[in-house]
Amino acid sequence: MTTNGNTNGTSPNRATGTWVEKSGLAQMLKGGVIMDVMEAEQAIVAQEAGACAVMALERIPSQIRAAGGVARMSHVNKIKEIQSAVSIPVMAKARIGHFVEAQILQALGVDYIDESEVLTPADDVHHIDKAEFSVPFVCGCRNLGEALRRISEGAAMIRTKGEAGTGDIVEAVRHMRALWADIRRIQGMRDDELYVVAKDLQVSIDLVRDVKRLGKLPVVNFSAGGVAGPADAALMMQLGAEGVFVGSGIFESGKEFPEGSRERLEAQRRMATAIVKAVTHFNDPQILAEVSQDIPESMRGQSVSSMAPSELLAGRGN
Amino acid sequence: MTPATSGSPAPVAETGRVLIGVLALQGDFAEHLASLRACGVEGIDVIEVRTLAQLESVDGLIIPGGESTTIARLLLAFDLMDPLRARIREGLPVWGTCAGAIMLATEVTNLDRPPIAAMDITVERNAFGRQIDSFEEDLTVTGLDGPIHAVFIRAPVITRAGAGVDVLCRLEDGRIVAARQGSLLATAFHPELTPDHRIHAMFARMVLDHAPGHGRARAAVETS
Repeated sequence: MTTNGNTNGTSPNRATGTWVEKSGLAQMLKGGVIMDVMEAEQAIVAQEAGACAVMALERIPSQIRAAGGVARMSHVNKIKEIQSAVSIPVMAKARIGHFVEAQILQALGVDYIDESEVLTPADDVHHIDKAEFSVPFVCGCRNLGEALRRISEGAAMIRTKGEAGTGDIVEAVRHMRALWADIRRIQGMRDDELYVVAKDLQVSIDLVRDVKRLGKLPVVNFSAGGVAGPADAALMMQLGAEGVFVGSGIFESGKEFPEGSRERLEAQRRMATAIVKAVTHFNDPQILAEVSQDIPESMRGQSVSSMAPSELLAGRGN
Repeated sequence: MTPATSGSPAPVAETGRVLIGVLALQGDFAEHLASLRACGVEGIDVIEVRTLAQLESVDGLIIPGGESTTIARLLLAFDLMDPLRARIREGLPVWGTCAGAIMLATEVTNLDRPPIAAMDITVERNAFGRQIDSFEEDLTVTGLDGPIHAVFIRAPVITRAGAGVDVLCRLEDGRIVAARQGSLLATAFHPELTPDHRIHAMFARMVLDHAPGHGRARAAVETS
């Protein structure tokens, strides 16, 4: 992978914005939970629950689905409020292909940008040229081809897409299984068979060789889109995720309590804490049973099989 | 809580080997495990530490990079914080990288209650700014022959080192990024992200030197 870093004034041998720096932050997030937040108050709840980072967005995915219209980058004021409220990394979503939203987010000093299919795409052909930025990017994928194309464009972290805002884990499982099936297939291949894989996936032969050599993606891979409780989170970890993104699963839970009440926020904090613990001990059913005790009701959700293809977000940006 | 997945190993005095744990609650613990295995020091075994039984079994511990607030909350949630503090008081060698260094400090700027509070240093979190200000740089570390390529990611710095603390590495501007106090080692950067395993080897020797029955452990190192 190339280093597009630059040296800054403080020391002649100092380099910032390098590939090691961008992909390295994702290494620090592993084994953790990244939580969607709209407000500083939610970001504080997330941090107190043990989130390893927060993702700022205008509306959580379930609300984007309900509200319709165009979903954009979060308001700059909201992002700044969230940045000053927490010490953990703050990520923010930009629309697919909207490189000016990304420029603004970089200028704000967000720690990671999610070029996300959850927002309304700004470009139906091109993704952002992410290698040009100093700030690292995470992108969604449904399979190995999408993952490697995003890495080619400069993504330093990948998440399987799932189907955001549904509370239905089935698409997250489908995408994680598809990704690992492709990786295992490549591992079983002769070196002279990798060229046709590169051709089919529309990526460089070097990236395909990296996958064969490493037996995994060359960057950290999280799961997203449908995690609605600790069992879902541990399922995705056992299927090979290195951490999880949770959006609607936390801030749509606890609806047995009145909106805006302390009780609901407390219930959401309990759900968030349980998911954090489940990701750490994803392989220990005894602990998973313990952390699942006394959690609030999961979001009601919407089964993906009941939805029209036009309602699905995961097909955006392939 | 939970049964440990692996049984407690035989004591050092019997085997001449030491067991080095890497705290595996959150962060880049896998990279530390790989670096320890590759560091070239004989006589060490490595395990992930998530449970009390695992914590009690180790002769040394690495607290990896990750999010210090997350790791601290998980230590408390799984009742590991007090046992870890007790083991450090008894002299357990511990090395903290980045978040791990924050965990060890007795004082953390803008944090009321420092997590473990064991090493007489003050640490400032995110001392270089946000992710876009993270950097790589070649630095000289006391005890290593030749410079090390240091990777700083949203890194802290040590703003004060107490009287009993040896400063091992400073930036050009004088700020401290590696220090040792007895059996405690703190680095603001991430040797586990590079193929240079000399600091892992340094820590492995610290653990071997400290462990009971280390004479035999040392002999195993020197004859191998």
